Amino acid sequence: MAAHSIAEGHHGHAEHGHEEHHEQGFFSKYIFSLDHKTIAKQYLISGILWAVLGGLMSVIFRLQLAFPDMDMSFLKPVLGHWINESGKLDNNFYLALVTMHGTIMVFFVLTAGLSGTFSNLLIPLQVGARDMASGFMNMISYWLFFLAGVIMFVSIFLPHGPAGGGWVIYPPLSALEEANPGSGAGMTLWLTSMAIFIASSLLGSINYVTTILNLRTKGMSMDKLPLTIWSFLFTAILGILSFPVLFSAALLLIFDRSFGTSFYLSDIYIQGQALPNQGGSPILFQHLFWFLGHPEVYIVILPAFGISSEVISTNSRKPIFGYKAMILSMLGIMFLAFIVWAHHMFVTGMNPFLGSIFMLLTLIIAVPSAVKGFNYITTLWRGNLIFTPAMLFAIGMVSFFVSGGLTGIVLGNAALDIQLHDTYFVVAHFHLVMGSAAFFAMIAGVYHWFPKMYGRMMNSTLGYIHFWISFIGVYMVFIPMHYIGIAGFPRRYYQWSGFKVFDTFADLNIVITLAAVVTVFAQFIFIYNFFYSMFKGKKASANPWKANTLEWTTPVEVGHGNWPGEIPTVYRWPYDYSKPGAPDDFIPQTVPFSATPESNTPEENDLIAKEKEIENIKYDYSIHD
Amino acid sequence: MIYIIAILAILFVVLTFKVISQTRKIINKNRGTEEDSEYLGAADSANNFNAAALLIFWILAVVGTTWSYIHYSQYFLPEASSVHGRETDFWFWVSMGIITVAFFLVNTFLFLFSYVYRYSKQRKSAFYTHNNTLEIIWTTVPAVVMTGLVLSGLVVWNKITGEAPEDAEVIEITGRQFAWMVRYSGEDGEFGKSNYKLMDDGSGNPLGLDFADANSFDDFSNSTELHIPKGKPVLLKIKARDVLHSVFIPHMRVKMDAVPGMPTKFWFIADKSTAEMKAALNDSEFDYEIACTEICGKSHFGMRMVLKVDEPEEYEKWKREQKPVLTLNPDLLVNVPENLKARALKYIETEAPAAEAATDSTAAPVAAVAAVETK
Repeated sequence: MAAHSIAEGHHGHAEHGHEEHHEQGFFSKYIFSLDHKTIAKQYLISGILWAVLGGLMSVIFRLQLAFPDMDMSFLKPVLGHWINESGKLDNNFYLALVTMHGTIMVFFVLTAGLSGTFSNLLIPLQVGARDMASGFMNMISYWLFFLAGVIMFVSIFLPHGPAGGGWVIYPPLSALEEANPGSGAGMTLWLTSMAIFIASSLLGSINYVTTILNLRTKGMSMDKLPLTIWSFLFTAILGILSFPVLFSAALLLIFDRSFGTSFYLSDIYIQGQALPNQGGSPILFQHLFWFLGHPEVYIVILPAFGISSEVISTNSRKPIFGYKAMILSMLGIMFLAFIVWAHHMFVTGMNPFLGSIFMLLTLIIAVPSAVKGFNYITTLWRGNLIFTPAMLFAIGMVSFFVSGGLTGIVLGNAALDIQLHDTYFVVAHFHLVMGSAAFFAMIAGVYHWFPKMYGRMMNSTLGYIHFWISFIGVYMVFIPMHYIGIAGFPRRYYQWSGFKVFDTFADLNIVITLAAVVTVFAQFIFIYNFFYSMFKGKKASANPWKANTLEWTTPVEVGHGNWPGEIPTVYRWPYDYSKPGAPDDFIPQTVPFSATPESNTPEENDLIAKEKEIENIKYDYSIHD
Repeated sequence: MIYIIAILAILFVVLTFKVISQTRKIINKNRGTEEDSEYLGAADSANNFNAAALLIFWILAVVGTTWSYIHYSQYFLPEASSVHGRETDFWFWVSMGIITVAFFLVNTFLFLFSYVYRYSKQRKSAFYTHNNTLEIIWTTVPAVVMTGLVLSGLVVWNKITGEAPEDAEVIEITGRQFAWMVRYSGEDGEFGKSNYKLMDDGSGNPLGLDFADANSFDDFSNSTELHIPKGKPVLLKIKARDVLHSVFIPHMRVKMDAVPGMPTKFWFIADKSTAEMKAALNDSEFDYEIACTEICGKSHFGMRMVLKVDEPEEYEKWKREQKPVLTLNPDLLVNVPENLKARALKYIETEAPAAEAATDSTAAPVAAVAAVETK
């Protein structure tokens, strides 16, 4: 159907308009919609709901860590039997909270919520397509994600609790119900949910790649794609190549759990019984898991790069600095992302020689990452900066990425990782570099593209307040957390007071918790702003930020098929901001060089001759046998 | 101090809100219809405020980070008590130094540019698309720094993970839910074979010692304390009984996972005895501790074992005082094959010394602890 409507668009307006006036039922318009914009909104709202849940979970375990003697009876109405008679949080449930917080944030918020929202929204709009290559697959992708979410959500209410072995679900802990109550039904649902989630992610990713490669409008050569699209392309490729490995890891774990195989289990004596499993390797699981797990952090951060690039360039009124370097560094990061996974395993007993190799490769990845940081900052240099909420969040993203990324240089060094592995230093590192950075980019994206999603503007004053509380809050949480990490505090500890060596920093843990609580609750300002503006926000104009990319050439209320007439033709790159000689400080991609003789460079003047050629391109969308 | 910071933070947020809303109100009154213009994203009245706030934020952050670092560094771990630990600490602080400089430098540029280049009607942005020289420089500089760090890291890493010296004292440490157990080879210096299928908490053989192997007879174990000699290489052979665990000795900068079915190892030289640390820290309560750093279930946070670093002579003396597993659990004799019975009987004490062993509190028999922990 999508291909059908795309073909129509090129044949002329009349036919397409005919379809557009066709009344859509409530279900086909809002629920089982094939429209990429609706699907993007579905992903976004699901992502927001999951983020609220994941954020509130972190509040509970942060309270436990700061106030280990706190009476949590007031949470009894919510948590039920997980708060015991003396008002203490159950320590199995503490682990379950940590596990679910990680799973939800990494997969449901920062993968589905970020990629799902912005790839779906922006790919067709920015490459100039009527919709995704397959609208139907796209719809299936969302509803599989939804199903995965339902299953994960249900698992939280199981009598023995959800999965509790950490988001990395290392066996044997995750394989043996005797080892941890969450490894029973909770883990079964976790694995089922993730298997469905992977299917959803693959359907989405294949669609993204196909759409970007095949459905670009006339003139939209790869070197004219906005950096957002490049980042979504690389993200999708990463997902396609690495998620199946997680699937296989999960599948083998399902076999070990339910069918008596021994892929990951060997020589286990638990609760007075020696298990029959022999010859398996828990390290095998870790390799398979991190073969996805590491690319996963780039699946999270690459779209964040793309969104920040777009937002920073637009609001600096200045071309992104080093467009090609940005693409090349993302490409480099994508390749390297596949070959650094074992730096999560330096002290697992893996052969130390592998440790050396992975240290080398890991520290190489710092180079393209550094290039990206420098390029963002140079984009600001001599710009004319407009601090929209989106811009503030994008600047925050760059700051977090730099600050959090730097500690990766220490952690990537195998010798130094011995002491720091699985301490709060790691927790602080990745929460800054991928958690907060990607989260900020996601928020930036929402503020920036909200007018295109709902035809209205979000309130910017609330946006500024939201930014300032979140920005200060995140730093107040994660900078002190590094100190706790340097002192060697291990992760996933219910409390530290059992050890003399960890019986310090009580005051700092309180600071962190207070900052975390304020930061989490500040997000409700955003949520209020989001839903309020959806209905009551100020009406947006078609191009409120004076941006160059194609999505801003659509009408305020973007209809089905995106452009009422023919899809516009693209003539130039997306970053012609403040071009010398031009009357305005932006020239949209749809403006031909022949219309801007005053600002053309000699090379661009030569391209005028080719414009007719581009306009006369005829696409054949019919499917041949 | 913390409360002052918290109050200041809240005050700052409230003031931010006030200032923004007030200025907007005033400006909106004066502007009137301008709000309806096509260009909704134009720099608004808060633009200068946000620009200045970014810079002020950063200045406060520099002060705050520096102060909090200096203040809290007193709680960091004391100087490493192991030879390799001091080396990794050295490189850790070298790396931290480099990244701290980068942290301050890069963020300063970010926030300074944000302030300096805030929107002005009079100015137009520079059309500055790329600069190859600049980009080559800032690709090369991190690459060179990284190379240096990689090389230093490789040297240290290879040294730490290389083969343990021949004369290393070998001790086996096993993780279980939720405790550590250690085993020494006894007077013969040879570990007996062990097999997870022979593990039996009830009969006092939680480590699965194979008594068909005569080397097991004098092996002794402990589940509260690990004793090691000062100044001598110690090779920990690390095992896990049920799920993953990880041996972490913070003061020694030692960490290695314990994996069921795959023994791992870590060797190090502890060169500060427990007594020396007590004196150095002026803390008579001080003890080295072993923790678990791989999530292993509900009492993951409680897997504590005390590490005693003894002077070599004390250590030898302590070892001689320990009673083999077989001595403490004479019932295990049934597992000894007939042809070795005579040799095994040497380790079975007669009534009187056995009673003495039972009252010996320092021995902390594994069997007793295991029996308590197994519900």
